[in-house]
Amino acid sequence: MYKILKKRNLTENAAEYVVHAPLAAKRCMPGQFVILIVEEGGERIPLTIADYDRERGTITLLVQAAGYSTARLAQKKEGDFIKDFLGPLGNATDLTEFRSVLLAAGGIGSAVVLPQAKYLKQNTSVLTDVVLGGRNASFLTYEEELRTFSDRLFVVTDDGSKGEKGFVTDVIKRLVDGGKKYDAVFAVGPMPMMRAVAELTRKYGIKTIVSMNTIMVDGTGMCGGCRLTVGGEIKHACVDGPEFDGHLVNFEEAMNRAAFYRETEKEHLCRLQNEKKE
Amino acid sequence: MPGMINRQEMPEQPPEIRKHNFEEVALGFDDQTAKIEAERCLNCKNAKCIAGCPVGTNIPLFIDLIKKGRTAEAFREIKKNNRLPGICGRVCPQEEQCEKLCVRNNPKAGGAVSIGALERYAADFAAKNLENGLENDEKFAAFGGDCVKNIGKNKNFLYSDGDSTKNIAQKAETDGKISLADENEKNSVKKRTFKAAVAGAGPAGLTVAGELAANGISVTVFEAFHKAGGVLVYGIPEFRLPKALVQSEIDALKRLGVKIETNVVIGKTLLLEDLSSEFDAVFIGTGAGLPVFLNIAGENLNGVYSANEFLTRVNLMKAYEPDAKTPVFVGKNVAVVGAGNVAMDAARTALRLGANVTVVYRRGREEMPARREEIRHAEEEGINFMFLTAPVEITGGNGRVSGMKCIKMILDAPDERGRRKPVPVPDSELMIECDGVIVALGTSPNPIIKNSTDTVKFNPKGTIVVDETFMTSKDGVYAAGDAVTGAATVILAMGNGKAAARAIIERLNKMK
Repeated sequence: MYKILKKRNLTENAAEYVVHAPLAAKRCMPGQFVILIVEEGGERIPLTIADYDRERGTITLLVQAAGYSTARLAQKKEGDFIKDFLGPLGNATDLTEFRSVLLAAGGIGSAVVLPQAKYLKQNTSVLTDVVLGGRNASFLTYEEELRTFSDRLFVVTDDGSKGEKGFVTDVIKRLVDGGKKYDAVFAVGPMPMMRAVAELTRKYGIKTIVSMNTIMVDGTGMCGGCRLTVGGEIKHACVDGPEFDGHLVNFEEAMNRAAFYRETEKEHLCRLQNEKKE
Repeated sequence: MPGMINRQEMPEQPPEIRKHNFEEVALGFDDQTAKIEAERCLNCKNAKCIAGCPVGTNIPLFIDLIKKGRTAEAFREIKKNNRLPGICGRVCPQEEQCEKLCVRNNPKAGGAVSIGALERYAADFAAKNLENGLENDEKFAAFGGDCVKNIGKNKNFLYSDGDSTKNIAQKAETDGKISLADENEKNSVKKRTFKAAVAGAGPAGLTVAGELAANGISVTVFEAFHKAGGVLVYGIPEFRLPKALVQSEIDALKRLGVKIETNVVIGKTLLLEDLSSEFDAVFIGTGAGLPVFLNIAGENLNGVYSANEFLTRVNLMKAYEPDAKTPVFVGKNVAVVGAGNVAMDAARTALRLGANVTVVYRRGREEMPARREEIRHAEEEGINFMFLTAPVEITGGNGRVSGMKCIKMILDAPDERGRRKPVPVPDSELMIECDGVIVALGTSPNPIIKNSTDTVKFNPKGTIVVDETFMTSKDGVYAAGDAVTGAATVILAMGNGKAAARAIIERLNKMK
């Protein structure tokens, strides 16, 4: 059992959890993920590590209540326990070889961008610009943290309720067209957002890394459920990723696969809401 | 002459009933049938069957004990060589091993002795009779009852192995009481307790853990999943191997002192190097890895599963239960590609979940690698088979599977290994209407440990290199099971695991 030491609601349906998981915290690096099971009989949910504290033995996760299992997690309070917690999984994202990078976060993708920005700021001299985007102000998370750990932070919302009005890609376009040179872009968010960023940077010829949040079961290279096509080859997000060259990922296929259980998921969520009413 | 009686077959759930449930298909012998079948064993002096057993079970001896009505002792005898008899009695390919070499293995002699069924009978007997209140019978416990259910009373009495068992049994018979303190002393490899780490709680890892713990070594097993058992819990379906049985075998290991740490991936959570520095010996039994796909168009459409994923969702995550939280999509018409045991498991699982199932195989019926028994079960249950047929494309609409385009094959002349290569028949394309495809073509080795260490050598194909004692290129680190052999059987993993455990014990003995 893994104790939730701290919980903080960041948006209406996204909360940050600090979980006591000393083994997973021992060697994890930015870009890696964990798989947790909220309670007996629950699903295995993959979640990217937002932060970690090796001394305290904690891992921080940002979780948006999107389906049944994440909604069950959202019902947990500080001091409650998570049944299973496995990690770190996947490969670390290493941006230290670059001189100047742009990190683009869409929605709770900021949970993946934050540890990257923090690591670069604390351990390297890589110049780091961050673009944080969301549907509206209530979808923005880790704004202050990202401001602290970046050279410049740009905030953008679809409706202009915070920062400038528009999309993440609008900001990237403006920066690059304005003469800013980036060696690499690291884009993390919903798949359509990552695809849009990759399409844009392809035109500029800027290397672009994306983090693929696919459906998974074991997360250790056994089931093949997380497979996606990258450069015409089958890759597994759990052991080959989760980061991939955004210009080579077949996003259309990946988005279709990610939507496979959406109907079932809705049903489960309905049941949970009915339970609550009762 | 007892030889006139034909081989007794195990009763089974009728196909029409079992195809709608996940309960065990084979029901096991009753006492009378077991006795009749045991009588058929000729107790050969030069028992070839033993040579056919990867763990060297003394088959004529345990069958003789069943014959004499001493089934608890029979169980104990099996347990000397085999940590998981209830499992092996069910999933071993006996017809390729012990039973194949049985002198009665021809129709004139009534067919091979049903060794697997008798092994299962002994294991089930032990489990059942302990439940009926025998757990406090120390004499019974001396014959291994403790392995099934906690005897609870005497902490010193854990488990003892090998030759000393006979002494214990005799001692138990003569004075009716057991004190094992002295036996344990003799058996332990050293005054100080050695520590061993095992990566992977599947058949190989559990066997090694049991062997080492029985020899006084402190064992910690690290398992990536949230549950121990490996392929026994995620792969093999409930109707072939009840999960409660697997759990009772694992509980027995725990009572032996084996610690099981779930949610730890070696190569990620802890590195091999961490284990080497903290433990006196390390064993890698991480099993098979990534599923092999067809590499044809449409393979990533929704509705195409690897057998691993499909079976894991259903077996481990219990997706067949109505309120399961892990979803599984089962089409109305499912095509299973491949013809091994895993393909049969996937096909019969999909059938039980309500699908109409067709197995598609590029060779013929004779070439199917699955056990005959599994093929027979599948056929009886109404699985369709399309032989000499190979998929060329999975077609779809709206991102989902709508069919599978195949081509007919013909078998070439046998090559030097006797294997007949299938070649496509020109202009023989055909279309299979299906909304689900399960690909069961085997696995390639898991890359996690390989990618996280330089100290252990791997073959070009990704399996671990070991010497004849199952030691890897790193001193003190051993490996066996699918991680070494590539995808194989439970019993082979156990047999090799056992040999590795012996080598580890020998090594630690030298370190005294």
